[in-house]
Amino acid sequence: MRNVLKHSVLFLLFMWMAFAPIQSMAQDNEQEPKKEKFDAKSFIFGHTGDSYCYHITEIKGDPVCVWLPVIVKCKDGGSWHCFSSKHVCELKGDETFEHNGAHFRIEPINAGKYPGKLVEVKAEGSLSRPFDISFTKNAFGIFLVCVFLLAFFLPAAKMYKKNPMGQPTKYQGLVEWLTYTVLDGIIRPNVPDKQVKRFAPYLLTVFFFIFFANLFGLIPIFPFSANVTGNLSVTVVLALLTYFFVNVFGNKHYWKDILWPDVPIFLKAFPLMPIIELISTITKPFALMVRLFANILAGHIVIMVLMALIFIIGGMYGAGMGGVMSIVSIFMTIFMTALELLVAYIQAYVFTILSSLFIGMAQHEPEHE
Amino acid sequence: MLLSTILEAVSYVPGLAAIAAAVAVIGAAIGIGRIGQSAMEAMARQPEAAGRIQSGMIIAGALVEGATLFAIVVCVLAVLG
Repeated sequence: MRNVLKHSVLFLLFMWMAFAPIQSMAQDNEQEPKKEKFDAKSFIFGHTGDSYCYHITEIKGDPVCVWLPVIVKCKDGGSWHCFSSKHVCELKGDETFEHNGAHFRIEPINAGKYPGKLVEVKAEGSLSRPFDISFTKNAFGIFLVCVFLLAFFLPAAKMYKKNPMGQPTKYQGLVEWLTYTVLDGIIRPNVPDKQVKRFAPYLLTVFFFIFFANLFGLIPIFPFSANVTGNLSVTVVLALLTYFFVNVFGNKHYWKDILWPDVPIFLKAFPLMPIIELISTITKPFALMVRLFANILAGHIVIMVLMALIFIIGGMYGAGMGGVMSIVSIFMTIFMTALELLVAYIQAYVFTILSSLFIGMAQHEPEHE
Repeated sequence: MLLSTILEAVSYVPGLAAIAAAVAVIGAAIGIGRIGQSAMEAMARQPEAAGRIQSGMIIAGALVEGATLFAIVVCVLAVLG
């Protein structure tokens, strides 16, 4: 009985796929093309970059967005302005929005000195970029991940504290399993046992933050679709945190190995080795930053390009071909999204294991002969 | 003169950046392929160490890919800026 159901569903799916292009070709012949050319670049970079408003969809040409607040401080004058991004996101052409005497608008993505950013248009027409701490889409995404992490992990901690010898519930078991895969698999092999308690909070936090931020970037529904880790600003902060934890808590032996290593004098007299070692302390977090950023951003761009192909082909050859293309494109997008799930886990894993490796190397006690 | 006309007519930067990105991916593919090859051989030799070999393979693969993505990011910067 179940087999019959499964087979009939598959049969219907196949029939729909085979005949859907015909339906879209019929629509194609009816309407003549209303040619506004599909702007692939702004489509792709609009979805993978940061933005001041949270664009959900368009109903009858009217954009449906969640308007996030814009919080800026003008450079000369120093006045703070806080307003909803609805006013600046819907401007057309050269219009500006005036708020308490200052004029603002958002530069277009394709050209200009500050692509996609909010600028203040001064009286004589020059543009200046104010001090901008707006609550943009990525900031919203970061806060969402943080709230999710707190809501997911803190109740388990409270349960353990209240009843340490009790029987763990299923939820506690899940949290325990997640934490121990990271703790025993990633942190304990690399960080010396005495220091595990000191560094485990940071390493666990960074693993789960990156993992859930990557996952949330893949869900296309409203609050979840912010591309958080595919943004250089976010990954640079994570890399700086690793740099801080590695170097500030580094061993005396670690610093001695950097600044005055056990090598012949001609290598460390004019500071050759120390400079190379100091540069290497910077390049390792830099590689962490670029690796995470490029992997996640590349995945998002590939998915967006596959989706944009539908509209590009539809624009070139009419809506019928767009319909055909959509079937192929959706299959490829599903495959790419599945690959991105794997990449989300692997990137969190690699970031955490390399951070713990660096921290472990900085805490390394030399064996005494 | 024809050569200089051809050379100066159009900006070759996007095309060269695309070729450079493809060359970088060749390096990554060869590197990750070799990592996978040696990991498979080691796992076949000693199946009980398969878990440790697999995590080492993932780490090495991610490091190689990180280096490749440096090159890709440089190509994108060359095109955009």
